[in-house]
Amino acid sequence: MLSINDFLKAIRVTFILWTITAIIYPLFILIFGQIFLPYQANGSLIKDNQNNIIGSSLIGQPFQSDKYFWSRPSTINYSTEENAGITGVSSASNLAPSNPDLIKNIETEITKLRQANITPTADLVYTSGSGLDPHITPQSALNQVDRIAIARNLESTQLQELVKSHTEGRLLGIFGEPRINILKLNLELDQL
Amino acid sequence: MGQGFLQIILTLVLVVIITPLLGNYMARVFLGKQTFLDYLLKPIESRLYPLFGLRMLEATNSTGLQYVKDVIASNLVMGILVYLILMTQGFLPLNPTNLSAPSWHLALHTTISFLTNTDQQHYSGETTLSYTSQVLALGFLMFTSAGTGLAVAIAFIRGLTGQRLGNFYVDLTLAITRILLPISIVGAIVLLISGVPETLFPPVTVTTLEGANQVIAVGPVAHFEIIKQLGENGGGFFGINSAHPYENPNPFSNLVAILAMMSIPTSLIYTYGIFANNKRQAWLIYWMIFSIFAFLIIITAVGEYHGNPLVNNNLLGESQPNLEGKEVRFGWSQTALWAVMTTSTMCGAVNGMLDSLMPTGGFSTMFNLFLQIIWGGQGTGTAYIFIYLILTVFLTGLMVGRTPEFLGRKIEKPEIVLASVILLVHPIAILIPSAITLAFPETLAGISNPGFHGLSQVVFEYASAAANNGSGLEGLGDNTLWWNLSATFSLILGRYVPIIALLLLADNMSRKQPVPLTSGTLRTDTVLFTSITAGVILILGALTFFPVLALGAIAEGFQLAG
Amino acid sequence: MNKPPRSQRKHTPKAKNQGLYTRAIKQSFIKLNPKIAIKNPVMFLVWIGTIITFLVTINPSLFGDFNDSNQRLFNGLITIILFFTVLFANFAEAVAEGRGKAQADALRATKSDTVARLILPDGSIQEVNSTTLKRDDQIKVIAGDIIPADGEVIGGMASVDESAITGESAPVLKQPGTDIASSVTGGTRIISDELIIRVTVDPGKGFIDRMINLVEGAERSKTPNEIALTVLLAVLTQVFLIVIATMPPIANYVNNPVSIAVLISLLVALIPTTIGGLLSAIGIAGMDRVAQFNVIATSGRAVEACGDINTLVLDKTGTITLGNRLAEEFIPVNGHTVTEVANIALISSLFDETPEGRSIVDLAHKLGSQVDFDINTATGIEFSARTRMSGTDVENGIEIRKGAVDAIKGFVRSRGGNIPDDLDQTYEKVSRLGGTPLAVCQGDDIYGVIYLKDIIKPGIRERFDQMRRMGIRTIMLTGDNQITASVIAQEAGVDDFIAEATPEDKIEVIRREQAKGKLVAMTGDGTNDAPALAQANVGVAMNSGTQAAKEAANMVDLDSDPTKLIDIVTIGKQLLITRGALTTFSIANDVAKYFAIIPAIFASTGIGALNIMGLASSQSAILSALIYNALIIPALIPIALKGVKFRALTADQLLQRNILIYGLGGVIAPFIAIKVIDVMVSAVGLG
Repeated sequence: MLSINDFLKAIRVTFILWTITAIIYPLFILIFGQIFLPYQANGSLIKDNQNNIIGSSLIGQPFQSDKYFWSRPSTINYSTEENAGITGVSSASNLAPSNPDLIKNIETEITKLRQANITPTADLVYTSGSGLDPHITPQSALNQVDRIAIARNLESTQLQELVKSHTEGRLLGIFGEPRINILKLNLELDQL
Repeated sequence: MGQGFLQIILTLVLVVIITPLLGNYMARVFLGKQTFLDYLLKPIESRLYPLFGLRMLEATNSTGLQYVKDVIASNLVMGILVYLILMTQGFLPLNPTNLSAPSWHLALHTTISFLTNTDQQHYSGETTLSYTSQVLALGFLMFTSAGTGLAVAIAFIRGLTGQRLGNFYVDLTLAITRILLPISIVGAIVLLISGVPETLFPPVTVTTLEGANQVIAVGPVAHFEIIKQLGENGGGFFGINSAHPYENPNPFSNLVAILAMMSIPTSLIYTYGIFANNKRQAWLIYWMIFSIFAFLIIITAVGEYHGNPLVNNNLLGESQPNLEGKEVRFGWSQTALWAVMTTSTMCGAVNGMLDSLMPTGGFSTMFNLFLQIIWGGQGTGTAYIFIYLILTVFLTGLMVGRTPEFLGRKIEKPEIVLASVILLVHPIAILIPSAITLAFPETLAGISNPGFHGLSQVVFEYASAAANNGSGLEGLGDNTLWWNLSATFSLILGRYVPIIALLLLADNMSRKQPVPLTSGTLRTDTVLFTSITAGVILILGALTFFPVLALGAIAEGFQLAG
Repeated sequence: MNKPPRSQRKHTPKAKNQGLYTRAIKQSFIKLNPKIAIKNPVMFLVWIGTIITFLVTINPSLFGDFNDSNQRLFNGLITIILFFTVLFANFAEAVAEGRGKAQADALRATKSDTVARLILPDGSIQEVNSTTLKRDDQIKVIAGDIIPADGEVIGGMASVDESAITGESAPVLKQPGTDIASSVTGGTRIISDELIIRVTVDPGKGFIDRMINLVEGAERSKTPNEIALTVLLAVLTQVFLIVIATMPPIANYVNNPVSIAVLISLLVALIPTTIGGLLSAIGIAGMDRVAQFNVIATSGRAVEACGDINTLVLDKTGTITLGNRLAEEFIPVNGHTVTEVANIALISSLFDETPEGRSIVDLAHKLGSQVDFDINTATGIEFSARTRMSGTDVENGIEIRKGAVDAIKGFVRSRGGNIPDDLDQTYEKVSRLGGTPLAVCQGDDIYGVIYLKDIIKPGIRERFDQMRRMGIRTIMLTGDNQITASVIAQEAGVDDFIAEATPEDKIEVIRREQAKGKLVAMTGDGTNDAPALAQANVGVAMNSGTQAAKEAANMVDLDSDPTKLIDIVTIGKQLLITRGALTTFSIANDVAKYFAIIPAIFASTGIGALNIMGLASSQSAILSALIYNALIIPALIPIALKGVKFRALTADQLLQRNILIYGLGGVIAPFIAIKVIDVMVSAVGLG
């Protein structure tokens, strides 16, 4: 069986590996990040002219008004209000494709979109993985242009240009999907 | 669809390119050859280790039994340390949201889960654990559990190829200082650049454009994220894991994470080839696994691309991919690819919800967990491949009329007993608790999806625990006393029993007198033998779980199609 | 030594197979006794399942309600099929045992209880029952007696009829001291004179006793491979036991409860009943085949070890070449003529009674030589290992010698003679032909060389070629010189040879090969072979050999035919192949059985599309799979008993062949068979 010696050895090794991997390594990355990459290291936060934080370029926000491009459905409403608590949250529906609740939810979303005269697309009817998805597809954005043009009294073509200029392509044209950062797009919209 | 598959193919090409490079490097490390890091690390180590009364890196061989003892003793000590940190996090610093200690059974499950390289999470990181718990407790185990798996695999390979097993602490330290840590440092900086945060500030509260109050959780994520992927840990800093934009902000970080997740389990097969001086066999095994792997990716990706027929036919009126639980930046192809990769490598991190995958994806992910050798976990997966090889050698060896031998060493009763133990542990650790839980669906199960999918949720949870994967069909309400304790049972059984069996088997093999190769010897580096191995894997590994697959994913598939 | 071809010598002693099957059927029922049945865990599980299904036939709602109208009939059918499954497995074992027993009876008949004359320490003789004889007892046997036990002749000289065990009718001369002829086997009959014999075995421990035990299967201890396979089968059984035991809650969860009879059916279909039912039959039949070859093996382990042999060490004489070398030609040197050489050779061999000597005399006579003096005036000089020559001293002190060329050279020099220039050339010429050169001389004058021709056994080259393909290296040992040995080695096709070998070389060769991790087999007969036989992994002693050799060996060849080792290797391999092939077949069958049964029992969950065989109904699907499962056992009995045909191919070719037949065949065959059975089952309305 295990002897005292085995345990003494284990304790010494645990201590040294703990020092390396749980203290030295994270501290190094932390200091490196805070010195050389403070923007990313602190969450890619976006500030307004008054230096107030208005969001993160990586985290989506809920948009429901006619003035904005709508974001994807989120089970936690983008970690806002009562969902968020003091820690912030992330979550998905975890509904199986065979789950009747999923169909019910999608029906609701589609009805909402159709009422707003938006052709439903997959990303706007399915809830996102993180509940914080900052993106929608370019198609979904284009589908919303007419609605926003009316609400903001703008030209559709101008909005289409805006959508196009905000489309992020695939990595090297290969990896990932083309997408539009909803917060950045809507911020831009407010600037018009 | 073509573009989606192009992404998948190019990602796989990168994985294949990395294999010989990293495989060769790992072999050099564990064969005790000079590597470029030695110039940097040797002087530091020679001063540092004596401070702790250790004379490390002076390779002393130990017996299989001593290797086992060292694994158990070190894991026990590490586990106790981490459990204590979790239980006292309320009194420890770096707890900006003033989280109190989790329940004793959640802390126990979490500790064992990270200790066994599983990282099954019955909690959500940002709402349950302080920065201290994440960094000083879980981040620590992410290195040591991955290192333990690698060390065991290397000892196993040494034994198979007729060398002495080596010393656990030497192997563990080498695995961490020469492989896991250097890659993690580079990877963490790359992830930082791509947008993954690394901060000790508390969560950020903002007012959204529409005036809502949004709380954004941040933290020291980057250093945690890379070892989570590289070490096949999979336990996310945030509850939603790599789907969270802070863990995985864009296709670039996604590619880095995928390569980190795939590189060691794939390369280790090549490392074996170098140890055994038979790269041909290594590549044959590699492509055999790769074929099954590619098949699973294809059916998963096609399933997601075609989407949910209930939604497409009745509501959307056109074929759209299934994006439930997926992020726009990854889409159907990167999510499907990741789902198969994360369950095959026993990483367990997710960039989209497995619970919302189409039945083909459900089938593939569970199939991976059942076989646990389609690459398989950090180190252990490669070792399990050889268990199947040994069983195949036994059957085919008899069929050519010789006492079966593998790498010139006879396979006899003790080896078959030890290999059988590994074969037996998996169904015990999965089916028995699943049956108990399903017998009490109201009180125990916590199933969130009705019908066949609910069955899959339960079986998946135990399969994930037993295979030390850590992913889950996360709708399951699993933070209960029953789930925490029963999953802990599967975790321990699925981790330590096979490790002990592997080490004893390797020890046995290393002591055998090798038999010379003749034309009467069954060659194990042929296409024929490798194909038969695939057959044995599918029959012995998969048939056991055919009923639960049939009543879970397959029945769900027919239900959706019909 | 004109033996009939091997094929005709098989089955001696002849086993009686009358009534074999009726006895086997009776045995099949006797083996249902749980005490016997539990020895085979896989089939025991089926037996327990049968009893449970029987209970639910009597009372279908014993373990819960299943409101199916014909539940009782269905359960009854399952019970019957399962019962037959057990019976079939018992039958397979019983047939194998029955055949073994018949073989054993035949062997035993040679060894009835007889009265033995025990020589007491004071020299007096006491008549005792032969079964009471112990090792080192001394006994006396006289003409007409059956020799009561294995032993060594220490006195007397007699001819012994060994036909009872060897099938060889010519009596054999037995006398003490000589290597070959001093050992006797219990059960043989002395037909002239008398012998004093020291008993070398304890009662019931003789070769025949051991063989009887082995072929009867009564005390058959499992071989290492068999044990490993049993472990694997037990684990597979446990795995499927877990699968089935955990199924009820899972089935209930999807609202498709499964009855206990169906669960048992599925379990029986999945566990490896095919190989489980045939495993012991294969082992017993393997030993039986060894016995049919007139080889007595001391253990099954030894037979299996034969399959692993890497190196075969063979004596040249008697194994590779016919035992006797014959004089082929007289080659003169030093200006002599052929006639002169023939004359000298004739005289040198006058007293040489060896076959070689006789053949020299014959050849000389054929060339017209005659002895022109009174033989009684001459003295024969016997061959000795020291001088390595023999010859004749004739009147007036003329010494005529023949022998190894070196020896004769030495002799001539010692007599002050010269070595002719053309001697070495001739010596080499003969050697290159693969012959043994013997020089002949008269006094200090070398006349010439006798070319003794070695005759390589017909067909031996093909056998060695087969060996090579099987990965077995052959090493020939011979006392011949280097050149002769190399020529013979090449002609016979052995891989290596050791010339001018001494008995010590034999053990040296074996040790050297073993140090490389190889398994070595050898044959031997002399006492000085005993250490080498013991050292070898498989040692086959000739029955004509000494007692010491037989005891050191793990097999005794009753025919004293050294090439038989090759057959034993084949049997050993065949034994393993049969086990491996049927195991693979059994496991591969599971795929089809799963696809028959799972869609059938879970039809209500909508996975009917998995019923790729299109089986008529869920009941007929289950019944068909079970009927197939039961029938496949008797269907494979012939293969289990005869063994899978072994071909001398490389391992890879062999694997390719067997995996196609038993692996792929094992996957496909049941799909077809179950479908056919299903058609019949539903035709008779049982579906």
